[in-house]
Amino acid sequence: MHGRGRRQNGGRWRRIVALGARIAAASIGGYGLAAASAVFLARALPMSRVEAATAATLIAFLAMPAAAVWAFATSTAWRALGGIVLMTLLLGATAWLLGPRP
Amino acid sequence: MTRSLRQSTVGLHTWSGLVIGWLLFAMTLTGTAAVFSSEISAWMQPEIAGRGEPRQAIEKAVAWLRQTQPQARGWFLASDERTATVHALYEDRTAPRGYRTASFDATTDTPVARATMGGQFFYRFHFELMLPNPWGRILASAAAMVMLIAIISGIIIHKRIFADFFTLRPAGSQRGWLDAHNVFGVLALPFHLMITFTGIVPLFKTTLPWGIVANYGANNATALAEFYPSLARRAPTGTPGVLADIGPMLVEAERYFGGGRIGRVNIAHPGDAGSFVTIMRNDGDQLAYMAQAVSFDGTTGKLIGAHTEDRPARKTFDVLYGLHIARFAPEVSRWLYFVCGLALAGVIATGLNLWLKAREPNKGFGHWLVARTNAGTVVGLPIAMLGFLWANRLLPAADAERSAAEISIFFWLWAACFLYALLRAPRRAWGELAIVAALAAGLLPFVSFALTGRGLWQAAMKGDWLFLGFDLVLFALAALGAVIAHKAFAAGGPVRLPRKQGAPA
Repeated sequence: MHGRGRRQNGGRWRRIVALGARIAAASIGGYGLAAASAVFLARALPMSRVEAATAATLIAFLAMPAAAVWAFATSTAWRALGGIVLMTLLLGATAWLLGPRP
Repeated sequence: MTRSLRQSTVGLHTWSGLVIGWLLFAMTLTGTAAVFSSEISAWMQPEIAGRGEPRQAIEKAVAWLRQTQPQARGWFLASDERTATVHALYEDRTAPRGYRTASFDATTDTPVARATMGGQFFYRFHFELMLPNPWGRILASAAAMVMLIAIISGIIIHKRIFADFFTLRPAGSQRGWLDAHNVFGVLALPFHLMITFTGIVPLFKTTLPWGIVANYGANNATALAEFYPSLARRAPTGTPGVLADIGPMLVEAERYFGGGRIGRVNIAHPGDAGSFVTIMRNDGDQLAYMAQAVSFDGTTGKLIGAHTEDRPARKTFDVLYGLHIARFAPEVSRWLYFVCGLALAGVIATGLNLWLKAREPNKGFGHWLVARTNAGTVVGLPIAMLGFLWANRLLPAADAERSAAEISIFFWLWAACFLYALLRAPRRAWGELAIVAALAAGLLPFVSFALTGRGLWQAAMKGDWLFLGFDLVLFALAALGAVIAHKAFAAGGPVRLPRKQGAPA
């Protein structure tokens, strides 16, 4: 009885941590992904810098709900967190390599 | 796999909706009222009928400001969307909020209409929440983003989206609430998605500036100049100057707009030799927001800049913005916006109640709090909004600080309803507050008639559509309040039973 209770308790904490990870991935991660997408697209889109910045922002807003839904739909919490962080870093690094527009 | 997708999405939908639901309800309902902000403003200033030409009203306003407010840093004039009234906003350090407003039509030499924010209050509240900048906008944007997530996850949950639309089970049961939630949601789903996304986009400078930062760094001035080429910008010179006659500038602007009406006129440091005038086209005849603008040198009246927006990405942005604020919309579409907005408020309200129904019987603190907050928001907010209109009629028209007082009354009333809802059993709070709302809506036309002499009878006789429509909407709201009160009391029979059963689980 006690043992089972403790094991359930351990499972409960694990579930809470996993849920927290998904929430963080969806909110903070989602915003980070949107910001990185905006930066990447603003530098990469083949338009004038003001047009690129505008288009980038419009598209980037969609990254956040996409990230949030995926964070809760994917099989494990660590995939959710890792996937979004990896994607953000990838976009950020590419944007950094592209450098500011002339 | 699909089971877990739906399962986890249900959690996302439920909890994201609950956490942000009350704030969203307030934003949705005030935003829906703001669809008619022009009409609400006109109703709240019964002294001014909006007669004559809007251009003459602008000239009257400028003449008055020139005499009384020459030292203000700027005058901002907005021609009303659908009446010939012009609203002027100017800096005034003695005012509680740092600025004052005055309204003119072609027949007013000095502002005679009572000071009020009018429908603009609902408009500003719905995205600034009357919090200090930028916090209101950030909070509102975050709430809208969560709503977008809740809508998308809601769609994923509803594989049977069309079947659900035709399903209505008995009222009062959990199933009944679910069906109501689905009907409100599916009925206007494209609208819900559109209004949410287009609500997030316009505030990007506050919430997602990183695309601009990436291309401009800290060089804000260049970014602004490239984003708004139409808006001339220059600092005051320090030497006094005399503003040229505004009339010819208005004529020239109208010629440039090719028949488009004048929407807004900004006059920067009007008493200075470096003053300049920017005239923007009215949004009423095209989808895009702020499509054209011209600027003039203030002292010479010479044209210094003209801009027609035709850059594709920027124009997309302007159209999204325009879709949200619906200034383009003719009467019928405006009513569709209003009805769809109410449906969205309905989705949120039924969703919040569904959360409760799905967890009954429950004696936890969360359940206790949600039940009471629902009543305080869903019925309390409309009472506060109606109270704002009542305050407009009851506060003395000549009082200089009445505009701020109207807003205070809105917040005090909402707080009072909230407190009341906390202290009463939820069903009683729902019923009693709904009766208050129904009385507030149903009696207002009579009180308004007694105090202004403009009322339903004259309105119908003279074809005063504004007052006629306003009173009819108020009666409809009163009827809705009565129905809600009736339902709450009808369901209130067994309300004592669970309390007697007592012991918490």
